[in-house]
Amino acid sequence: MYRILDKRRLNDQVVQMTVDAPFIARKVQAGQFIILRIDERGERIPLTVADFDRAAGTVTIIFQTVGATTQRLATFEPGDEIADFVGPLGRPTEFGAPKKAVVIGGGVGCAIAYPQAKALHEMGVSVDMIAGFRSKDIVILEPEMRAVSNHLYLTTDDGSYGEKGFVTDVLKRLLTEESYDLCIAIGPIPMMKFVSKTTEPAGVKTLVSLNPIMIDGTGMCGGCRVTVGGEVKFACVDGPDFDGHLVDYDELMRRNSFYRDEEAHACRLEAQIHD
Amino acid sequence: MTNMAQTKVPMPEQAPDVRNRNFEEVALGYTADLAMEEATRCLHCKNSPCVSGCPVNVQIPDFIALIAAGDFAGAYAKIRETSALPAVCGRVCPQESQCEGKCVRGIKGEPVAIGRLERFAADWQMQQPPVDAQPPVSNGIRVAVIGAGPSGLTCAGDLARLGYEVTIFEAFHTAGGVLVYGIPEFRLPKEIVRREIEGLKAMGVKIQTDMVIGKVLSVDEIIEMGYRAVFIGSGAGLPQFLGIPGEGAVGVYSANEFLTRINLMKAYLDGYDTPIKRSRAVAVVGGGNVAMDAARSAKRLGAEQVYIVYRRSEAEMPARKEEVHHAKEEGIEFRLLNNPKRILADENGRVCGMECVEMELGEPDASGRRRPVEKPGSEFVLDVDSVILAVGTSPNPLIRSTTPGIEANRRGCLVVDESMQTTKPGVYAGGDAVTGAATVILAMGAGKTAAASIDAYLQQNN
Ligand SMILES: Cc1cc2nc3c(=O)[nH]c(=O)nc-3n(C[C@H](O)[C@H](O)[C@H](O)COP(=O)(O)OP(=O)(O)OC[C@H]3O[C@@H](n4cnc5c(N)ncnc54)[C@H](O)[C@@H]3O)c2cc1C
Ligand SMILES: Cc1cc2nc3c(=O)[nH]c(=O)nc-3n(C[C@H](O)[C@H](O)[C@H](O)COP(=O)(O)OP(=O)(O)OC[C@H]3O[C@@H](n4cnc5c(N)ncnc54)[C@H](O)[C@@H]3O)c2cc1C
Ligand code: FES
Repeated sequence: MYRILDKRRLNDQVVQMTVDAPFIARKVQAGQFIILRIDERGERIPLTVADFDRAAGTVTIIFQTVGATTQRLATFEPGDEIADFVGPLGRPTEFGAPKKAVVIGGGVGCAIAYPQAKALHEMGVSVDMIAGFRSKDIVILEPEMRAVSNHLYLTTDDGSYGEKGFVTDVLKRLLTEESYDLCIAIGPIPMMKFVSKTTEPAGVKTLVSLNPIMIDGTGMCGGCRVTVGGEVKFACVDGPDFDGHLVDYDELMRRNSFYRDEEAHACRLEAQIHD
Repeated sequence: MTNMAQTKVPMPEQAPDVRNRNFEEVALGYTADLAMEEATRCLHCKNSPCVSGCPVNVQIPDFIALIAAGDFAGAYAKIRETSALPAVCGRVCPQESQCEGKCVRGIKGEPVAIGRLERFAADWQMQQPPVDAQPPVSNGIRVAVIGAGPSGLTCAGDLARLGYEVTIFEAFHTAGGVLVYGIPEFRLPKEIVRREIEGLKAMGVKIQTDMVIGKVLSVDEIIEMGYRAVFIGSGAGLPQFLGIPGEGAVGVYSANEFLTRINLMKAYLDGYDTPIKRSRAVAVVGGGNVAMDAARSAKRLGAEQVYIVYRRSEAEMPARKEEVHHAKEEGIEFRLLNNPKRILADENGRVCGMECVEMELGEPDASGRRRPVEKPGSEFVLDVDSVILAVGTSPNPLIRSTTPGIEANRRGCLVVDESMQTTKPGVYAGGDAVTGAATVILAMGAGKTAAASIDAYLQQNN
């Protein structure tokens, strides 16, 4: 059992939790994820490690309530316990040695983009961030993102905060003004797809973090397979980060919607952004 | 008096058209009377050919004599001398190519039903009040076991009995390996596996689930933590795909994914959160136990048509005979000498058919089986909305790629010597991680050998 030590609501739909998981805290690196199962009857769901404290032995997750498991998890309080918490899974992000990077988050994807930006910032890389939300009331992590970037560009679909429009609008502009040698994009699949389409002609290396359906997270089910550059990859062991210019996003989107009827709740990360 | 009946005493089973709609055990097991009747078919041959067919040398005629005499506890104890998991092996061993394949009674008629008798003795024992398992006196020496499948569980049990303090590190949230995530309830009730594991815990074995070794801890870190020896029983869990067009379509699964959703996550039961699709028509590609389990599970989930698509003929099928027989009875349709060429998807990317080609058997290949070759122009489309691939698995690279000094062969299997020691001193391995996908009994046997070797190694190095 893994005890929840702290809980914070970042907005109506997004919750941050800190969990006592010393073995994972000791090993985890930026870009890796955990798989949790709430109780004996629960399903296994993957969530990215948003932060960790090696000394305290804790791991922080940030999740959006989109379905049965995340909604139920959101009702847990500090002191409650989660049955299973497995990790660190996946490969750490391979940043390379960039000079100037643009890190883009879409909706709850900002929770995953933020630690990446932070890691780059700590490496001494000059970081710009673009964070897109549907509207003002769901903006999360603004001060945190601001602290690790030279510039934080905020967009909302409805213009209720920051610039009106999509992250790609800002990105297009920045690409003409700045010279980046790395782009990291994390968010709904359509967002990652369009960011990659935008950076490709500019020749900017782009990493995306994929979120296919997973079970074990260790390479034994193949449910998380994605096509990257024409090759089949298992996102849980070969990823979750991949070269954004090579990912077959349409296949991923189709595969992710497979259980939509069974899950019987439609709201999805993608719902946050449209092209 | 020897019972000279040519056929085995039949074992009661659920009727095919009832059981193909539930997940309860198919074969119900012998009663004491039926078991004693079958036991008297044994001729007690002097040279016991059956024993030579058993990978762990169960003293078969001896335990059968005890059953015939009504001493069921004695029979169980006899089996237990060499086999750690009789209730499991009695159900899932490929007896026809092992003990029963060597049985003299099989020359004229059916062999003695050794598997059923083994199962009977084990099930009988489970009905008895548990004997107070006193944990053995600890010798204070810690040993780590990676993986809680049959090889790891057996190794842990034998070491615990010798007084070692054993911790099993298991990646999944439940111990049991393939016995819990792969083999379905209707063939191996999970309660049996659970009891075996409870038995180990009563002997003092600690099981730490949710520990993916190679990620959360490396083998070297385990050794640094004070474990004096390590056994790797991590299995061969990496599913292979065919590499044909359409495998990314929605509705194509590896058998591992399909079976894990059902067996480990209990997706077929109300009240469990993991989803599973109910398909109309399913093609299962492959001819082994895994394919049979996937096909029969799909049928139980309500599919109208379930096909086994296998590129060779029935004679080459690696599945246990009984599973093939049961599958046919349950209405699984066998499309033998057929090979898939591509999977077809509709405009939403969902499976809407599988194109196959007919095959014929040519010259024997490296495995000694006749090589299937395509019949040109015989392509046809099987009308299915799901495809399950049961075309083999290989060992997961996670441990070998994070353990310096440990060697694997070209197929990714860990290299061991006859004592089961890997190329890294103090680190042993066995089961599917060493052999590639094989059998429960071989994994169990490897665990036993490794436990004895680890004991010898630690005696010497203490
Ligand atoms: C590597 C990885 C990292 C992730 N990190 C985060 C994160 O940090 N924060 C966050 O909010 N979300 C993250 N996700 C997505 C998160 O796992 C899903 O939102 C969650 O599984 C939904 O579970 P549910 O029961 O609440 O919803 P459900 O009702 O089960 O499903 C809602 C939708 O979520 C998707 N989904 C369902 N099960 C899974 C599964 N096992 N794996 C992936 N997607 C699934 C499906 O597309 C479904 O339509 C990540 C996914 C992956 C693969
Ligand atoms: C569907 C199916 C049906 C089968 N039917 C039969 C049958 O009828 N008869 C028969 O004899 N055999 C059958 N087999 C084969 C048999 O189950 C295997 O040969 C046997 O289970 C191998 O045992 P093992 O201990 O080597 O590995 P496994 O049973 O595979 O167990 C390995 C364990 O190690 C864990 N693990 C893996 N990696 C790590 C890691 N990095 N860290 C921690 N833990 C890890 C896994 O989660 C797993 O629990 C079947 C197999 C399948 C898949
Ligand atoms: S989640 Fe099962 S292989 Fe990746």
